[in-house]
Amino acid sequence: MTEHVTQNGVGTSATAAPERTVAGPATPNVVPLSTRLGAWQARLLRTGVAKRATRLVRDLAPFAGALLDGAPRPAVRLDVPPTDFIGRAMRWSLRGDALEVDLCRTPCNEIGTTALAELELLATLVRAGAVGARALIFYSSVDRGFCAGADLRELHEGLLARADEGGLLGRLRTAHEVRGFIDRIHAVFDTFDMAPITTIAATHGFVFGGGFELALTCDVIVADKSTRFAFPELRLGLVPGFGGIPRLRRDVGNAVVRDVLLTGRSISAKRAHEVGLVSQLVGRGKALGVARKVAEQAARFDPETTARAKAFSKPLPRAELAREKDLFLEMIASPVVAAALRKFVESDDVRPYLP
Amino acid sequence: MSRDDLIQKLIELASKRFGKPASEMKAGDDFFQTLGIDSYQAMELMTDLEDALDVEIPDYELQGVTTFDKLADVIETRL
Repeated sequence: MTEHVTQNGVGTSATAAPERTVAGPATPNVVPLSTRLGAWQARLLRTGVAKRATRLVRDLAPFAGALLDGAPRPAVRLDVPPTDFIGRAMRWSLRGDALEVDLCRTPCNEIGTTALAELELLATLVRAGAVGARALIFYSSVDRGFCAGADLRELHEGLLARADEGGLLGRLRTAHEVRGFIDRIHAVFDTFDMAPITTIAATHGFVFGGGFELALTCDVIVADKSTRFAFPELRLGLVPGFGGIPRLRRDVGNAVVRDVLLTGRSISAKRAHEVGLVSQLVGRGKALGVARKVAEQAARFDPETTARAKAFSKPLPRAELAREKDLFLEMIASPVVAAALRKFVESDDVRPYLP
Repeated sequence: MSRDDLIQKLIELASKRFGKPASEMKAGDDFFQTLGIDSYQAMELMTDLEDALDVEIPDYELQGVTTFDKLADVIETRL
């Protein structure tokens, strides 16, 4: 086991991080001949020290090429996270052709700074090719559900801390920090949304708020019959802030979007299947197994064909995502939000999750 | 389905889900106290009810509903 440093903590990888690799052509010339480094390599090749020259140039190319010639840096994967990872909020591993991500933080995979840092690590891995996986599966090993949304306790504590600072400075720091968090989560969710492989959410129980938004980034939702989807944000004086509204609008009609958003009610997996939100409705406890079959099937197709079909059928609603983000950030500073968060955190209601 | 039948059905579903004998539950019982359930279990019961009775029950209509007979009031309007 090796430790792997994340932005906000240290996770553990079950296997060592990949060695530094340099993507380059298999031919002796690893940098273009038109560059100074390439010409130097060619001269060495002509003078009969081909093997040593090639090795040397290959070793130097990633570091020296751009400096010497102003050329773009070669594709160097110095920061690719480990294929197998065990963090505090999630763990992932390659299983067959699928990269499987197990959300495993009790009580119900709330997304705070810890989960976000690990999601960023995962997004880096996905951007680097997802270790060759043909599918990405998100599931939860927590009994209560897939994900209950943003970590409201952490948000409340952060806002309280800034309120203690008081005045304009406190308000500015709050706005800056929340924007930073929201920008980061959008970057991560956009990566999952646009990944050129088939992405699947295997859900059960609570799929609320940010958890619903994570599921909506996926191409296919396989929901077991215990799943309930909801956007309870209006209860907090907010709108969803992780891209939920544009992504829900992309998948279903406005009657459903406004019903779910404006009433804050939860809908069952069965109802979600009827309205076209859930792709496959399965028995309790069966979602992961069915998701793996979806992944196996997806892996049978040509990768480029899958990537192009996905890009065509699931465009990213960029403009709407940006507008939702701005709206969320305008609303987060409201005293209504602070009061609602305090009520949530201090509630002894047996149903605090229910809108 | 008569109201009594509906209440009996709700009690049977709660009994099946949480393993408490139906004979120990009555229409006026507070099911949160009687069954000792939390938010997740309440949601599971709601999903069971929707499946078994083929209705949709918006959670906001269940705010403050704690007894089987009040629950029957909510569901009756949707049957």
